[in-house]
Amino acid sequence: MSEPKAREPVLELTGITKTYQVKQGMFAKPKPLQALGGVSLRLHKKDVLGLVGESGCGKSTLAKILLGLENPTSGEVLVDGKLIGPADRQLLARRIQPIFQDPYSSLNPRKSIEEIVSLPLVVHKIGDSVSRQKAVTKMLDLVGLPARSRRGYPGQLSGGQRQRVAIARALVINPEIVICDEPTSALDVSIQSQILNLLADLREELGLTYLFISHNLAVVEHLATRVAVMYLGRIVEEALAGDLFAGPRHPYTKALLDSVLTPDPSLSVPDLHLGAQYPNPISPPSGCHFHPRCAAARDICSTTPPPHLQSGTSHVDCHLFRESADGRSLLPA
Amino acid sequence: MSETILNVQGLTVDIPLAAGTLQAVRGIDFELKRGETLCIVGESGSGKSLTSLAVIGLLGKRLKVGASKLEFEGRDLRSLTRKQMQALRGDRMAMIFQEPMTSLNPAYTIGDQLAEALQLHRKVSKAEAMARAADLLGKVGITAAESRLQQYPHQLSGGLRQRVMIAMALMCEPDLIIADEPTTALDVTIQAQILRLLADLKREMNLALILVTHDLGVVARIADKVAVMYAGEIVESGTAKEIFDAPSHPYTRGLLDCIPVPGKTRPGEPLGSIPGIVPSLIGDVSGCAFRSRCVLARETCSGRIPKRSASGEHTYRCIQETLVSEVA
Ligand SMILES: Nc1ncnc2c1ncn2[C@@H]1O[C@H](COP(=O)(O)OP(=O)(O)OP(=O)(O)O)[C@@H](O)[C@H]1O
Ligand SMILES: Nc1ncnc2c1ncn2[C@@H]1O[C@H](COP(=O)(O)OP(=O)(O)O)[C@@H](O)[C@H]1O
Ligand code: SF4
Ligand code: SF4
Ligand SMILES: [Mg+2]
Ligand SMILES: [Mg+2]
Repeated sequence: MSEPKAREPVLELTGITKTYQVKQGMFAKPKPLQALGGVSLRLHKKDVLGLVGESGCGKSTLAKILLGLENPTSGEVLVDGKLIGPADRQLLARRIQPIFQDPYSSLNPRKSIEEIVSLPLVVHKIGDSVSRQKAVTKMLDLVGLPARSRRGYPGQLSGGQRQRVAIARALVINPEIVICDEPTSALDVSIQSQILNLLADLREELGLTYLFISHNLAVVEHLATRVAVMYLGRIVEEALAGDLFAGPRHPYTKALLDSVLTPDPSLSVPDLHLGAQYPNPISPPSGCHFHPRCAAARDICSTTPPPHLQSGTSHVDCHLFRESADGRSLLPA
Repeated sequence: MSETILNVQGLTVDIPLAAGTLQAVRGIDFELKRGETLCIVGESGSGKSLTSLAVIGLLGKRLKVGASKLEFEGRDLRSLTRKQMQALRGDRMAMIFQEPMTSLNPAYTIGDQLAEALQLHRKVSKAEAMARAADLLGKVGITAAESRLQQYPHQLSGGLRQRVMIAMALMCEPDLIIADEPTTALDVTIQAQILRLLADLKREMNLALILVTHDLGVVARIADKVAVMYAGEIVESGTAKEIFDAPSHPYTRGLLDCIPVPGKTRPGEPLGSIPGIVPSLIGDVSGCAFRSRCVLARETCSGRIPKRSASGEHTYRCIQETLVSEVA
C-alpha cells in the first residue's frame, strides 16, 4: 500500500505548539504547560487519521486548534495549501466541523432538532428558510433519523440518536473534514457499531476526510487509514493503519496495542512491561518524555530527545532506530 | 471442593417512580465460590450496578430489594440489621467503584483513609494500621508507598487513585470484592495494569471477585463465570469459554457481532448492529424484553420464556433452542 505522491494534502499542520499558563495553587505563579510540542500532520482527501494516546496527551487541544476554537502558540495550519490565519476562522469552520464525545451535553436541550441541525447554515448565512428546511430533511435522512424527529428535542432522543443529530449538524454545511473527538465512547456497543457504520458510509458517499480521536484501539484499527500516536504533546509514531498495527515500532505504540483486550477467553490480561506513572506535563521528563516508563530505554534516552526518523510515509521518534542510507526504511540503532 | 461464598436467587430491585414502578432488576440468580471471578456484563441501564449495590447493601431505602435467597458465607443477608450489615461491609465484603474520587474523602490523606478502613473493623493501633496501608500500597504497585500515605486524593492520577481504592478494599482481607466498572474511566494501558492486578490479587488471596463491566474484551480475559444482563434479567450465563465460544442468546450473539475485533473483523467492513433501543421497564413487563430488537422474535416471545440449558452450567433464556448449532 503506497500513497500516490502527487496528491496535495487537504489539511496540513506544521510544528504546531500550544502552551497554556496554569496555576497550581491560589497564590502560585502560573507555570507554562506545553500541551502540544510541535505537531506536524498531513491529511489527504478521504483519509481517516486515527489519533490515539493517553488522557491529557493533547488530542483535544489539537482538535480545538483545527476547529479554530484555540489559536496555536506557534506553527501553521494549511487548508488546501493555503495558510490559515487567526482572521480565517470562519473559513476554517465552514470546511472543518466537529463531532464531540458527549451527545448529551453537546446539544442545546431547549432547541428543536430542526433548529440544531440548521444552526450552522444560519451562522454562515447560507440559503433561506426554505432551502434550510430542505437541507435538514436531507441530513436527517442521511443519518438515519425519521423525518418527524425534526420537531423533537434532544431530551426525547437516545444517546445514539443524539449522536446522529450531532453528525447531521456537522455535515449540513458540506464540510470536507470532520473532527471526531471520541464520537462513540459514551455509547453502548450496540449503538457504537451503528454510528461507526454510519461514519464509514458517509465518508464513501460524501468523500469526507476524518480526524478520528479515540481511546479504543480496536475501533481505530477498524476505521482508520492512517494512525498517529501521541505522547505528552508529540506525535511519536505515524504510519498507515495496516503497517502500524502489523508492525508497531515505538515502545509506547507497542504498549498501546498490547493493551487491546480482544474477546478471547483463552487469553489472560497482558503484562505491558510499562511503568505506571504518567508524567507531569508541567515538568516533563528529560530526553525522551517516555523514558521513565519505557522498558527498552537506554542511557541516551534520559539525556537526549529522540531523533525524528522518516521512512516512506511513516515516521517514528525513538533512539532504537536509525534511517537507512536511502531513507526508505528504518534499521535498529 | 471450594465453598460457595455468595448465593443469590430471585433477586429483584423495584424503584417507585411517579410514572409507576421501575422493575430494574427482575429475578436474577447467581452463585460464587471462593477463588472465582464472576463478570456481570451488559449495556448501560441493564441493572448491573443495582445488582452489586443490592448484594453489598448500599441501596437507598426508597428502592425495594427482594430475593428468595441472599446468602453470604452461609448468613442470610436479608435478616441482618443495618448495623450488622455495616460490620460486614468493608470487612468481609468490599466494593470498588468506577470513579474513585467519589469514594475518597478529599480532606483526608490517603494514609488516614486506609488506616480508618482497618480500624473501623479491627482493634489495632494507628501505627499498625499505617504499616499495613504502606504494605498494601506496595502490593498494588504504588512505588514510594510511605510518602504516598501523606498525600491527598487530588494529588494522585486516576490510575493511582484506583490502586488506592483496591488497597482500601483489601485492608481487612475480605472474602468478596465487588468492582463496578473499576477501569472504565481509565486509559487503556492503565486499565490493563489494574485488571491484571485484580486478577493476580484474587488468585493470591483466594478471593471471590464480582466484576461489573460493559466491555466484552475485559470479560473474556478475566472472568471464570459470566452473566449477561439485559433489561434487568440475566439472559445468558456460563463459563467465559462457553459464552464466547458458543454464545446462545440472540442478544449475546448480537453484542459480540457489534464490536470490531483486530484480526477477526475486516477493517472498513460494516459491523453488526442491534436495531432499536432497550424497552421501558416501568409497569407490567412480560415476555422476552429483547423481542423488540430480536431478529428471531415470534409471537410466542411475548409469553413465558423458558430457561434453557446449553451444556453444563451454561444456560440462556429464549424460546429457541437450536441456537448453539446455528453458531457453528
Ligand atoms: N484551557 C486549558 N488551560 C490549561 N491547561 C489545559 C487547557 N486545556 C487543556 N489543558 C492541558 O493540556 C493537556 C492536553 O489536554 P487535552 O484536553 O488536549 O488532552 P486529551 O488528549 O484530549 O485528553 P482526553 O483523552 O482525556 O480527552 C493536559 O495536560 C490538559 O490539562
Ligand atoms: N436511584 C435510582 N432512581 C431511579 N432509577 C434508578 C436509580 N438507580 C438506577 N435506576 C435505574 O435502574 C436501571 C438500572 O440501573 P443500573 O443498575 O445503574 O444500570 P447499569 O449499572 O447496568 O448501567 C436504569 O434504568 C436506571 O436508570
Ligand atoms: S527513545 Fe528511548 S525511552 Fe524513548 S521510546 Fe525510544 S527507547 Fe524508549
Ligand atoms: S425469546 Fe424470542 S425475542 Fe427473546 S431472544 Fe429468544 S427469540 Fe428473541
Ligand atoms: Mg480530549
Ligand atoms: Mg453502572
